[in-house]
Amino acid sequence: MIFSLAVYAAPYSQEGSATALRFAESALRQGHQLYRVFFYADGVHNSSHLHTPPQDENNLPERWKALAESYEVDLVVCIAASLRRGILNSEEASRYEKPSHNCEAPFNISGLGQMIDACVNSDRVITFA
Amino acid sequence: MKKILFVNRQAPFGRSYAKESLDALLAASAYDQDISVLFSGDGVFQLIKDQQAKSIEQKNIASTLPALEMYDITKVFVQASALSARGLTTGQLAITAKPLNEAEISALANTQDSILSF
Repeated sequence: MIFSLAVYAAPYSQEGSATALRFAESALRQGHQLYRVFFYADGVHNSSHLHTPPQDENNLPERWKALAESYEVDLVVCIAASLRRGILNSEEASRYEKPSHNCEAPFNISGLGQMIDACVNSDRVITFA
Repeated sequence: MKKILFVNRQAPFGRSYAKESLDALLAASAYDQDISVLFSGDGVFQLIKDQQAKSIEQKNIASTLPALEMYDITKVFVQASALSARGLTTGQLAITAKPLNEAEISALANTQDSILSF
């Protein structure tokens, strides 16, 4: 089955982001396809490269990154949601003249259309709020 | 063409979901899909007309809702029991939304290819 995930939950604040990650890992391990993970609303915080959790806690952004590298998962962060929450890649940081950025590959910043495209091209879209 | 249902379940201003669902809904209209939207639970509060969002420095959700029709999103539904549980009637809503009972909501959800829940 072809899945896509819509993640609205922020890491460490809500269980939804960790559950989304475990769902993604399980689905891929079982041979399903993951068309896209779309990070929206507070879910965009999952894409920050500056998370520094204590060593004995889950590093969710690192695990998303590892998953994307193992399975070539398309990790897309909504541009409108991310800009207003201070999640910027180098391109957006220079566009808005900000001194730094915190979002890098494998997370790609793109538009809301990618969420609708995920609905069109997946058998199931699961929301993690 | 896929059938996509947006389900709005949260009150309008306490969290960002109402606004971000509306943004996604308007974006979806550009993709030539069969779009429906259901307001359920506390989400029915998003539909109330005469919202005075300015007093909390927010944009008025209900003033954007009439744009749905211009974007060809005409399948707008509201959970009838959620309205009555909150002492509301369809006359208090900013746009026309068809009230559905629980069985009708199940039937609507069953016909969809994707459901985006906010």
